[in-house]
Amino acid sequence: MGRLSLRELCGFRSGDKADIANVALLADDAEVYQVIVAEVTTERVKAHFGSMVTGRVDRYEAPNVLALNFVLHGALGGGGPRSLRSDSLGKALGGALVRLEIDVPDALVTRRRPRPDVAWADAILRDASPRLGH
Amino acid sequence: MGRAPPARSRLAPTRRAGRVAGVRVAGGQGFYGDTPRAVEALLAEGVDYLCLEALAELTLAILQKDRQRDEARGFTRDLPAYLAAALPAVAAGRTKVITNAGGINPTGAARAAVGVARELGITGITIATVLGDDLTGRIDELRDATASGLSHLDTRAPFAELPGTPRFASAYLGARPICDALAAGADIVITGRVADAALFLAPAAYEHGWAWDDWDRLAAGILVGHLLECSGQVAGGNYSGDWWALPHPWDLPYPIAEVEADGTAVITKPASSGGRVSFDTVRHQLLYEVHDPRRYLAPDVVADFTSATFTDLGDDRVRVEGVRGAPATPSYKMLLAHPAGWAGEARAAFSWPDAHEKAKATAALLVKRVEMAGLAVDEWHFEYWGVDALGGPTARGATGASGASGRSEGEQCEPPEVALRAAWRCPDERTAALVGRELVPFTLSAPMPGFTGMGRGGARATELLGIWPTLVERALVDPHVRVHLEEVT
Repeated sequence: MGRLSLRELCGFRSGDKADIANVALLADDAEVYQVIVAEVTTERVKAHFGSMVTGRVDRYEAPNVLALNFVLHGALGGGGPRSLRSDSLGKALGGALVRLEIDVPDALVTRRRPRPDVAWADAILRDASPRLGH
Repeated sequence: MGRAPPARSRLAPTRRAGRVAGVRVAGGQGFYGDTPRAVEALLAEGVDYLCLEALAELTLAILQKDRQRDEARGFTRDLPAYLAAALPAVAAGRTKVITNAGGINPTGAARAAVGVARELGITGITIATVLGDDLTGRIDELRDATASGLSHLDTRAPFAELPGTPRFASAYLGARPICDALAAGADIVITGRVADAALFLAPAAYEHGWAWDDWDRLAAGILVGHLLECSGQVAGGNYSGDWWALPHPWDLPYPIAEVEADGTAVITKPASSGGRVSFDTVRHQLLYEVHDPRRYLAPDVVADFTSATFTDLGDDRVRVEGVRGAPATPSYKMLLAHPAGWAGEARAAFSWPDAHEKAKATAALLVKRVEMAGLAVDEWHFEYWGVDALGGPTARGATGASGASGRSEGEQCEPPEVALRAAWRCPDERTAALVGRELVPFTLSAPMPGFTGMGRGGARATELLGIWPTLVERALVDPHVRVHLEEVT
């Protein structure tokens, strides 16, 4: 047994409907899916988001794509056109969810998702700088 | 009406031998703000239908404000640019266009479409307009006639609690009026608030002649539509996997679905675009803005997204099959918007050391100065960029080697710089604008060192709109749905 952030185990995507946001948590494989079904409960998720989510949290399972779907009520400061938040559409809530740490079996403790390599971006920016007069 | 041959025979030239067995539907737009430059690559690939999805909840609110300023507006202003890119293929009989860009003024949008065709010297095409989704003039009648009483779908609040006068009220129509328009010979179908996914179900249902109680096929069409409605999001956009490794990411990917008669579909993209279509990119989109995936409520069917099987065929092709559906509910979703006050916002940035403390103190000073000025603020919202503006409570206390901060528990990370974004809601426009003015003198006279302005933004107030989703029986809406046809001569 060990602790690991969901970041190392799952993909994610979040979005909005009025003042309700949803976050899909996408397990990297069937083994991870079993773990998140057991560990990532509605109570854990509700506590994790704290004051960001004023209403209840529902959870749905989509085993065909190894995913859990969390529906967060009262998560967007009143909903897109009404909200004062920068993230009025819940785009960042997926990343926020995968900061959650859970207990994982030993076999998963060493899992790490790859980190970004943006050498191509450096190259573009290097080329752009002279034209911008820097 | 000088009609071209029936649609089915038109499909043949776009097919590449041995590869495609179904109707090819493209997602050329995913929101108001997407790029019309997407159209070229899709048309070069050969698509039978170019579907342009232009409406989010937020969009109707934007269009409503537009129409308030000018009665001729109320449709998305980039529609002419999309049509200018697509019309040559439409005129040549290779492609038809289906779009909900009509917003809250489909008639105005059709007028603009005719104008674009004339400018390009294109005649002989038929433009259809779907009307009947706009229920703004029927609110009193529907409050009494509906089982919901127009109560709030999520909070259950009764309609009497809706603040102010609704600015618009629209029902989410389904695919049927679009199919009617296609059957009547339309080359371009412009609608108002049709459900996003229904734009894509329509061509599949029409071309394959699906019955309106063939729930599994309708569900398959809706699932495909759901995958395509957010344009690049199914093909490597907004992707939490190895996003940095997607090929030539500056060529944004726009998706294509090949939908067969039995509802089986392949999701793919033009080879010339960047992005990727894989099992992982497709499942990212499957649950986007979905609540219960076993009961995805569409106007024409209830689809079970968990029944679908996805097979990664390689070469940017993913097969979707086995989708199950259930009968549609007796209601359409309906969306109202009501005035919700006025908002303003301002930003300031602070450098190390003590950047977070400086930002918090500035927020507090702003509150105090606004009070002293006698300005009424109904709601304050402060964000500390570089600290927790996006993550809120989840951004604090991450621990362990894999935690986002990479620090051990209890250790605080002092941010090198922090930006404050203050936002506020006021009862009226003038007050909302005046509040921002109170921050400006801080530049020289607030106590913290290094108060830094951000960019050249001015203090302009914007109106907030509350979204009020509810239900309306389809029997109260359908008799008012009309398809208007106009041939460009």
